[in-house]
Amino acid sequence: MSRIAGVFANLRSQGRAALIPFVEAFDPDRDTTLALLTGMAANGADIIEIGVPFTDPMADGPIIQAAGRRALNAGASLRGVLDIVREFRKGNDKTPLVLMGYLNPILSYGVAAFACDAAQAGVDGLIVVDLPTEEADLLLPDAAAHGLDFIRLIAPTTSDERLPKVLAGSSGFVYYVSITGITGTRTASAEDLARDIPRIRRATDLPIAVGFGVRTPEQAATVAKYADGAIVASALIEKLTNTDVASVLVDVAALAEGIRHTVKAAA
Amino acid sequence: MLRYAGGMNEIIKNSLRSGPDGRGRFGEFGGRFVAETLMPLILELETAYETAKADSSYQAEIDYYLKHYVGRPSALWFAERLTRHLGGAKIYFKRDELNHTGAHKINNCIGQILLARRMGKTRIIAETGAGQHGVATATVCALFGLPCTIYMGAVDVERQKPNVFRMKLLGAEIVPVKSGAGTLKDAMNDAMRDWVANVQDTFYIIGTAAGPHPYPAMVRDFQCVIGEETKWQLQEAEGRLPDICIAAIGGGSNAIGLFHPFLDDTSVRLIGVEAAGHGLDSGEHAASLSRGRPGVLHGNRTYLLQNEDGQILEAHSISAGLDYPGIGPEHSWLHDIGRVEYVSITDDEALAAFQLCTRTEGIIPALEPAHALAYVMKLTPTLPDDKIIVMNLCGRGDKDIFTVAEHLGFKL
Repeated sequence: MSRIAGVFANLRSQGRAALIPFVEAFDPDRDTTLALLTGMAANGADIIEIGVPFTDPMADGPIIQAAGRRALNAGASLRGVLDIVREFRKGNDKTPLVLMGYLNPILSYGVAAFACDAAQAGVDGLIVVDLPTEEADLLLPDAAAHGLDFIRLIAPTTSDERLPKVLAGSSGFVYYVSITGITGTRTASAEDLARDIPRIRRATDLPIAVGFGVRTPEQAATVAKYADGAIVASALIEKLTNTDVASVLVDVAALAEGIRHTVKAAA
Repeated sequence: MLRYAGGMNEIIKNSLRSGPDGRGRFGEFGGRFVAETLMPLILELETAYETAKADSSYQAEIDYYLKHYVGRPSALWFAERLTRHLGGAKIYFKRDELNHTGAHKINNCIGQILLARRMGKTRIIAETGAGQHGVATATVCALFGLPCTIYMGAVDVERQKPNVFRMKLLGAEIVPVKSGAGTLKDAMNDAMRDWVANVQDTFYIIGTAAGPHPYPAMVRDFQCVIGEETKWQLQEAEGRLPDICIAAIGGGSNAIGLFHPFLDDTSVRLIGVEAAGHGLDSGEHAASLSRGRPGVLHGNRTYLLQNEDGQILEAHSISAGLDYPGIGPEHSWLHDIGRVEYVSITDDEALAAFQLCTRTEGIIPALEPAHALAYVMKLTPTLPDDKIIVMNLCGRGDKDIFTVAEHLGFKL
């Protein structure tokens, strides 16, 4: 069983959802990222998503765009991100790490070499924003060969007919982009989620995590009621930009608390 | 596979004109690299375009607007004084700068907005570099009464003020984009972000033959009118095919429009001219084929200026319309199979050509075709005088007079 599957199996037995915070690697430097990863794991993060900086993050809103620019100015690279993962794994063999980013740095690295190096470094899953199912054969075979979970994005625009096609070959969990829009902007309502999540559940047995616009412990709790995981990104990046690592970790703990006390709605 | 290519609806098989394939690829280039939110829209657009293309009333509508509104066919002008001045091959200008709005961009905008109307879309967005595509989009939006938002790099807003004002007069909302270097690449990112947030009602009119499938094929089809007219006009004037066709390349829409109808005419040399900016070795240029390598950006796999980590580099050109670190995927394929030659011209060479054209032909060209002209100036004297060159004069230079004045040391 992969680390990710293990975490969700364990959470299912506890009857609660996963908290999945997001860290933009190298924002504003390597040491901060390592401190955040370690600290988040100690403060209730069940899985951590690591953003791989890219010059042209087309699905991201202003907050993650700015984080990516700071990271690139600090010398971020895909190789450097794998190095951070390696460093983190020296002290933590338990918390799943998922890389989220865009295709071009992976192509530039070389798909086969990347899948191999990422798995060896201790990466558990990949989310590639601009790789839709129609083009997935570029990466899927190599990811599968190295045991990396291939996590797919599902959007409100993904029709019922399209769902099985998009989900083919995915593993780990399903990332539901709960709004039509970019990261850190609007937030899906409880009614939206009550309508959308069951629709996806009918198409897959994989856990479903919800991202884009989840900011507060209350919103995370709402997500946790319907889905199996809440992904929080822009709000934490904003906090880091305005304060420090310790304040971000306080927020992560509060988000984890919000989820922990949420009882799942009947499916 | 049988497929329509170009506006004349001829059916071609075993042809260089038959691409892209069912996955939207020209060889290994092209494709559909977009987020899942957009993917259903891209597929819907593809279906809508295929349906429209098969409907003769759609082509008839396009033809009507091209003739009566745009003013096509554009003239094919024998540049006699320039020919005498350079001494060598005969030079013809395909005068797409005479189109309404002053560039080739409107050929594509007519096709796309008529498609948007068929699809029931009620809001239009576009990106623009030099502002020519923005002006053309704002123009067709005014013509059809649709609200229009144009994304334009903040740097370009500054250096293309006349076009910014024209767009405002036409009723468009201009959004200056400050991310990145504030040029065309960044404008395209923000236009995509707008689209992803407004999927229900919005149609994105991409201005160049790039982006996710079906855009590269669709924009090419709308621009093929340039090459098709050139073919019969030169037949009328000279009774034969040209020996060489030359066009400037940013994303590559005017070039693919001129070249595509000639791809199967193997006697015709096709030459695309990239912007070498301050020189290919200066690191400040926009020559993605000469100095880039394949990668994925803005929905397609193509040659890109990028660093060793796959981060996209900023392009540079004196011409805002060529200031883009990528190129349409069909050009990448034509480059790899060797059917089209790709060369480059620096800012200074383009400025010299701009002035020569103005004084010998009484035509102020845009800085984009001034790059093509600069290569014509290099090539023509080396060729015998029975050779014929057609250059796509794809835009007029009124918008560039401030930039040119600054470089020549004039205060306006």
